[in-house]
Amino acid sequence: MLRNAWVIPALPVLSFVLILFFGKRLPGKGHELGVAAVGLALLLSIVALVQWVDRPADYEVPPPGEHAAAEGAAHAGDDEHAGEEEHAGDDEHAGEEDEHAGEEDEHAGGAVAAGGDEGGHGAAAGAEEEHHAEPVRRPVERQVTWFSSGGVEIQAGTRMDGMAVVLVFTVCLISFLVHVFSTSYMHGDRRYTHYFAALSLFTAGMLIMVTASNTLQLLFGWEMMGLCSFMLIGHWWEEKANSDAALKAFLTTRTGDIGLLVGLSILFVSAGSTFDIAEINDAALSGAIGRTALVAAAAALLCAVIGKSAQFPLHTWLPDAMAGPTPVSALIHAATMVVAGVYLVARLYGVFWEAFDIGAGGVNPVAVVGGATVLIAAALAFVQSDIKKVLAYSTVSQLGYMVMALGVGAWTAGLFHLFTHAMFKGLLFLASGSVSHAVHSFDMKKDMGGLRRHMPVTYATFLIGSLALAGVFPLAGFWSKDEILLGASHGYELFLVVGLLGAFMTAAYMTRCVYLTFFGEFRGHGHPHESPRAITGPLVVLAGLSVVAGLLNAPGIGLFSEWTEGVTTVAAGVEHHDFSVGLAVLGSLMGLAGIGAGYAYYWRNLGPHRLTERSAAALSGYRLLENKYWLDRLYTDMIVGGIKGPVARAAYWVNQRIIDGVVNGVGIGARAVARFTYDVVDQKVVDGVVNGTGIGAEEGGSALSVLQTGRVQQYAAFLFGGVVLLGGALVLFA
Amino acid sequence: MYLNQFLFLAAFLFCVGVYGVLARKNGVLVLMSVELILNAVNVNLVAFGAFHDTVVGQVFALFVIAIAAAEVGVGLAIVLLIYRNKHSIDLTEVDLMKG
Repeated sequence: MLRNAWVIPALPVLSFVLILFFGKRLPGKGHELGVAAVGLALLLSIVALVQWVDRPADYEVPPPGEHAAAEGAAHAGDDEHAGEEEHAGDDEHAGEEDEHAGEEDEHAGGAVAAGGDEGGHGAAAGAEEEHHAEPVRRPVERQVTWFSSGGVEIQAGTRMDGMAVVLVFTVCLISFLVHVFSTSYMHGDRRYTHYFAALSLFTAGMLIMVTASNTLQLLFGWEMMGLCSFMLIGHWWEEKANSDAALKAFLTTRTGDIGLLVGLSILFVSAGSTFDIAEINDAALSGAIGRTALVAAAAALLCAVIGKSAQFPLHTWLPDAMAGPTPVSALIHAATMVVAGVYLVARLYGVFWEAFDIGAGGVNPVAVVGGATVLIAAALAFVQSDIKKVLAYSTVSQLGYMVMALGVGAWTAGLFHLFTHAMFKGLLFLASGSVSHAVHSFDMKKDMGGLRRHMPVTYATFLIGSLALAGVFPLAGFWSKDEILLGASHGYELFLVVGLLGAFMTAAYMTRCVYLTFFGEFRGHGHPHESPRAITGPLVVLAGLSVVAGLLNAPGIGLFSEWTEGVTTVAAGVEHHDFSVGLAVLGSLMGLAGIGAGYAYYWRNLGPHRLTERSAAALSGYRLLENKYWLDRLYTDMIVGGIKGPVARAAYWVNQRIIDGVVNGVGIGARAVARFTYDVVDQKVVDGVVNGTGIGAEEGGSALSVLQTGRVQQYAAFLFGGVVLLGGALVLFA
Repeated sequence: MYLNQFLFLAAFLFCVGVYGVLARKNGVLVLMSVELILNAVNVNLVAFGAFHDTVVGQVFALFVIAIAAAEVGVGLAIVLLIYRNKHSIDLTEVDLMKG
């Protein structure tokens, strides 16, 4: 399965096409295709995960640069294949054998041993003395030539390593549950079939990106998701707010995507005309890429991450993206789209690691962006009355955690938080969908309250999700957040404070959210009721996972880091820190304090209620938050408006003076030419010829018709005369 | 016997024939004049054949007579039809082909 991983993204692509063509004719309007394809992909991803776990960890990661050197030598020798066989790429070869033999592990293992022997002539032998990294599992790569242009062969293929395997599993799982959830939630929607088609394509985009072996393919999946998010956020485009939100999401992420294009182009050029992710990482770590190019590329890529993963200051699209159907929000926030940015950093970690000196500690742009996002978004979550927007800002804040984790060198922690966050954020979004299914609204203050009695399953699962998000022991969020804090505590003390503060705020706003939704008196209309099985089923599954997912990487178990950590992290020398009980207790206390503060404020009615009415400072702070720091105002009015006005004026001027001038000039010129053509060429020459021909024929005909008397004898006389003339000529001149 | 005696005879007949074709108004006479022209040619053919001591001239003359017979048949039929339509065989009155 690891070698044939391309099947996993291919399945949703296939289902997308089939749903588009046949969906409307099927009894389920196409949802059965989507559910079946993604379900099958989920099964295959589990198979892949199991195979990965079974794979022996016997690959000694060579120090960075050796790969590149060997590769360079191979290129110089004009024998690319030899190079691939010897080094990291030798899976190509080993894997082919696997296909025939069907016993992946033994053969791969043998090939590794052989590769090690061959490669270990000089550099590797010398390096072994100083480089004592633990052996890891060798990534399974498989590539075919996509196209070649200008002598550069562009490959398409899959690179399955721990990170890819885990993410493929996560994506398939969340997507499957979202599909199931949607069959009930979207029931009777006017674009039901298209919705499922887009959902499939969305999943496919993320899977293509996650399994990509080169940056070009990664870009392809990335943009595919951008398109699908546009389609799904604007699913109900009849309302202008929804289509505006879709446009905003598309354009905001696009702003960042410029960075992606620039960054990948720089890397392509500076890493020696290669799109291969492994080679780029290797080139970055070995110093083969110049310092300036590397920093520029990393900065550009960071822009892409800020756009896609909704980091401050481009996070504004994500809360607006709530305009889409709730299951889509769950998919976007939990498993796809926004985590793409985090994945990009984790994937090209070598580049970021070298460019920003992540190993050195202190302060670096990645961590700053992440840390700022954690606090800024968490503060915004306090003033939202829309349950989905609370969750949206919470996602932004949690994404900030992930980026911060990567920024402080806690690679595994960032990825692990991505994994656990997918579980409980997927759960929270689907549960909020279930709530809105019952009360037909998202407004916590107006239409909710007291729902715990009416919707016990939703309440229980939402509570579990909230506790997991708040980082309560021993739920999923606790473990991953603790790891991030642990990573930050080594050399990044500033971000440790940010993380702890974030934990407190997270717990507090989730308490507020739970209170407003499920406690107190019901403030809406009608009689809310529990949602059907198709909705509660995914909730229960995700709730179960939210409880246990964190244990995967609990101290003493550490399965997650063992699975995911691979060539890049080992080559970069990402450090591991021992579990610290004190820090774990501190983190938990912050979370509990947040919950306690929320409890005191809402349940016990303690604290400074109505502060905004008494204090001008508090009111202005509230206003600041309510208006989202006026960032939207800044973007739409000042930046867009500021640019739009002068640009429009300049464009108008250009339009009036230059373009119109050219157009008018061309028009006048054309008219003069046309007039000349008409008067001279057409009227005189052409018509003259035509008329002349006619007149000539007519005159000639009437002149000659005199001869044609109809008298046979006259004709005979002419004939005779002619003969006489010819005869005379014959006699005279011959 | 000299060849030129026959040639003079033939030339005379030919001239009479041409005169008849061009000048006579009567259709039948025109046809007869055509016969004169043809026979003038025949005389020439036979004379040259005898002069060169071969029968080719006589064979040609026979062909011409046969074709002349056919031609006169068609010609008389045309004259008959003209007469039937116009009650006249005056060729000056027949100008249907006037342009």
